[in-house]
Amino acid sequence: MTEPANALELRDLSVAYRVGGRDRAVLRNLNLTIGQGEAYALVGESGCGKSTVALSVVRYLPRNGSITGGAIALDGQDVMKLDAEALRRARAESVSMVYQDPGKALNPSIRIGRQLTEIFELAGVSGQAASGRAVAMLNRVRISDPASVMQRYPHQLSGGMQQRVAIAMALANDPSMLILDEPTTGLDATVEAEVLDLIGQLRQELSASILFISHNLAVVSKMCDRVGVLYAGMLVEEGPTQAVFNDPRHPYTVALLRCLPRGGQRKDQGRLDTIPGFLPGIGSDIKGCAFADRCALATERCRTEPPPLYELADDAGNRLSRCHYHEQAQSLPRATPSNIAAPARQAASPAVLRVEGLNKTYASHGHPLRAVKDVSVSLRPGETLGLVGESGSGKTTFARLLLGLVAPDEGGMIELEGKPLAPRLESRGDDQVKAMQIVFQNPDSALNRSHSIRHLISRALKRLAGLSGKALEARLTDLVRSVRLTERHLAVKPRQLSGGLKQRVAIARAFAGDPRIVVCDEPTSALDVSVQAAILNLLADLQSKEDVSYIFISHDLAVVRYLSDQIAVLYLGRIMELGPSEAVFAGPHHPYTEALLSAVPKLDQTETSRIRLDGEIPSATNPPPGCVFHTRCPRKLGPICEQQEPPLSETEPGHAIRCHIPYAELATLQKKVVQPEPA
Amino acid sequence: MSATDGSAGMPAPAPNDTSRRGPLAEVFFSLLRSGTFLTGLTIVVFWVACALFGEHFAPYDPLADDIINALAPPSAEHWFGTDQIGRDVFSRVIVGSRDILTVAPLATLLATIAGTALGLFTGYFRGIVDDIISRILEAFMAIPVVIVALLAIVALGTSKTTVIVVIGLSFAPIIARTVRAAVLAERELDYVAAAQLRHESALHTMFVEILPNVIPPILVETTVRLGYAIFAVATLSFMGFGIQPPSPDWGLSISSNYGMIGGGFWWTVLFDALAIASLVIGVNLAADGVHGAFND
Repeated sequence: MTEPANALELRDLSVAYRVGGRDRAVLRNLNLTIGQGEAYALVGESGCGKSTVALSVVRYLPRNGSITGGAIALDGQDVMKLDAEALRRARAESVSMVYQDPGKALNPSIRIGRQLTEIFELAGVSGQAASGRAVAMLNRVRISDPASVMQRYPHQLSGGMQQRVAIAMALANDPSMLILDEPTTGLDATVEAEVLDLIGQLRQELSASILFISHNLAVVSKMCDRVGVLYAGMLVEEGPTQAVFNDPRHPYTVALLRCLPRGGQRKDQGRLDTIPGFLPGIGSDIKGCAFADRCALATERCRTEPPPLYELADDAGNRLSRCHYHEQAQSLPRATPSNIAAPARQAASPAVLRVEGLNKTYASHGHPLRAVKDVSVSLRPGETLGLVGESGSGKTTFARLLLGLVAPDEGGMIELEGKPLAPRLESRGDDQVKAMQIVFQNPDSALNRSHSIRHLISRALKRLAGLSGKALEARLTDLVRSVRLTERHLAVKPRQLSGGLKQRVAIARAFAGDPRIVVCDEPTSALDVSVQAAILNLLADLQSKEDVSYIFISHDLAVVRYLSDQIAVLYLGRIMELGPSEAVFAGPHHPYTEALLSAVPKLDQTETSRIRLDGEIPSATNPPPGCVFHTRCPRKLGPICEQQEPPLSETEPGHAIRCHIPYAELATLQKKVVQPEPA
Repeated sequence: MSATDGSAGMPAPAPNDTSRRGPLAEVFFSLLRSGTFLTGLTIVVFWVACALFGEHFAPYDPLADDIINALAPPSAEHWFGTDQIGRDVFSRVIVGSRDILTVAPLATLLATIAGTALGLFTGYFRGIVDDIISRILEAFMAIPVVIVALLAIVALGTSKTTVIVVIGLSFAPIIARTVRAAVLAERELDYVAAAQLRHESALHTMFVEILPNVIPPILVETTVRLGYAIFAVATLSFMGFGIQPPSPDWGLSISSNYGMIGGGFWWTVLFDALAIASLVIGVNLAADGVHGAFND
């Protein structure tokens, strides 16, 4: 062979899962080529077959899965023809995988050092040398104190550190192909940024080709050379990443990109676009174009004639689109009109919620753990307060304090519509309880799996709205319609619904008693972007109709920005910055907010100088003295930050920042770094 | 806007055949495919049939004595031989499952009900309630069943009811422990918080919200306990604290005949012992199958 073979080549790959005694196609004649040293991304919504591709490459399909056709070649070697021993060697030597949840990829009862050296020993390196190589590998993934990390167990490391170790293990055998399956999905934005930086740097040091699987378009656009959009087990579009995202040529890609709140879009500027309908079920019979049922541009031809992968004339390189009308893809009409009237906000109305000096201290192994410290906020009717911060910053604890699920420390005050709320739920009046409800992050946990949807919603109507009989039935119909479910959803159990539909049930339940405040705890983090858009639209509609206030918790800043009127940035249980949404995003902002904003990957690669946070979020049992953020602050002034906790001081009306740096100086400092709009 | 909003009114894609079944139906179908379960079930059904209809096909009256033919070895006439007073062992073995198959399941049922209630209370309230009840239950578990039985018999007199109560109460803490563990896990799920946010009573939350979700471990533990209960009933009868003569009960028969083994009259004991063993094995196989079906 004169020319080096491609790193990975899939030819007409078809994979089926056997479910209910029938083979159901998951991948349909998939063709895909990854060149040596190339980073290729596969994107698509859940259920489109992304992970199945990854598993097929190393023939790791679950027991009911089988490759029903086509060929897989790794470095020119036919994977399908390998015998057990050769396959084992290929898995050990040439391909490595990094999965979404590093906590599950590492053995919880074996020290990191042992797990890592084992890989070298398997490759025939002797004990001493192997442990030396392990240390070197940890250095390579930028772990500053490898010797101590080697001695620790996985649970003693943070999520970001665990994922670094998982990457180190994947790189240990110097693979020619690295498969990353949603490697940053469970991580905080700041940690995600670190891990992505690391992968980017390693790419330059190593020759490995990368197959990067993600549902996050912005992450992909940052990391990869080429991208393939997967839909119902078929590639619908492929091309250089920037070209595809800037100039998509398939209606599905166009629609996916439109679902994202972009360019600082806000709820009063219109609704997000959605994709109607659902992904075809696995194994369903597809006659024409798989996307035709959800595509507003579809014609009779699309329904009957399966489109081939058209090669597009484009100067950006080889581009493919599986659409008969790829030239017109961008004229796809919106599925949701954007011109929904913005609710007029009444600035003068009195606050519906006032919180003064709220504290919560847990006892952790005899040490006090200040989960929430001295938090004061207020919220007007019809407004949204967005809570942002990394995990462990106290967002969820704060929400549970408000709801009375957890009792705060003595001394704080929560006032609902001018009346003080008892600290514990049991001592609050029925009216107060129904006035404040919650939509939880995970509907599988929040909806009782033993009960039907009808039972779930009507129980809430009975308890919260005090309805029964005919009145309950009538209100049930209304409520179900207002969250855009239908009567036929009522008879089923939660497990029979998709994630988005389940979240609608949870929203219906929260709205049963006409609440004044609804806490939304990461309500869309488990959902696909198209479903997320529909849920955000629904929340915005309900808010303008019912004049309800939201406390909206999310780690996705674009999502928070879309829905919020006010933003509170939390760090180690303290408010670091509080103010109107526009002011917080426009800056000047607290250095922590600045770092959070710059950590978010953007779709358009307008690379700006980024601010990276070093080190770990300190333990809340032992917070740093002075300003709690000083250990990671890129703009630390000096000893004053270590000794004195800065007050939360108002810099402009309604906008407060907890920082020693004077406001004017922050403004000049941050002007140097051009802050781009979050994607 | 509902006409235009996408995923809005659309029904979810038609679920396929297997996913339309509820989780319990799923378990039921997987039980039907489990060889272990079916074998166990066959044995148990056989003995239940004997208990219900045994007297119709037993060749002799199990209680009729025939002193002249006492201690006759197995023969064409008396397949399993006869005992000290000439009763037909085969007929006695067939009918002998009746008492044990009433007492053991009732005792298990009592244990399940009491254990589930205790487990729900301790797992739901946690804290001091849990600490106190759990310590008492542990102390209770530390006392051997035989001692409890002796005490109960002294206090209540020998009767089937006594046996049911004694075994039921001694097994309740074990079931309570399993239920408590399951409830503690459920307690952390958000639907419990959602119930609190509707001001539901503790009883509603325990029995309507949580209980349906902890049925699987309860079913598994119940079938396992049934095997132990059969063994316990047989033991108590053997010791004379359980089922009383003239019942042809297996444990009782062994107890009144085991002195004969020395004289070479093995048939008076062996078949009863095999019957007990087969029933316990049958129940345990079925329990294994149930456990497997729930944990697949």
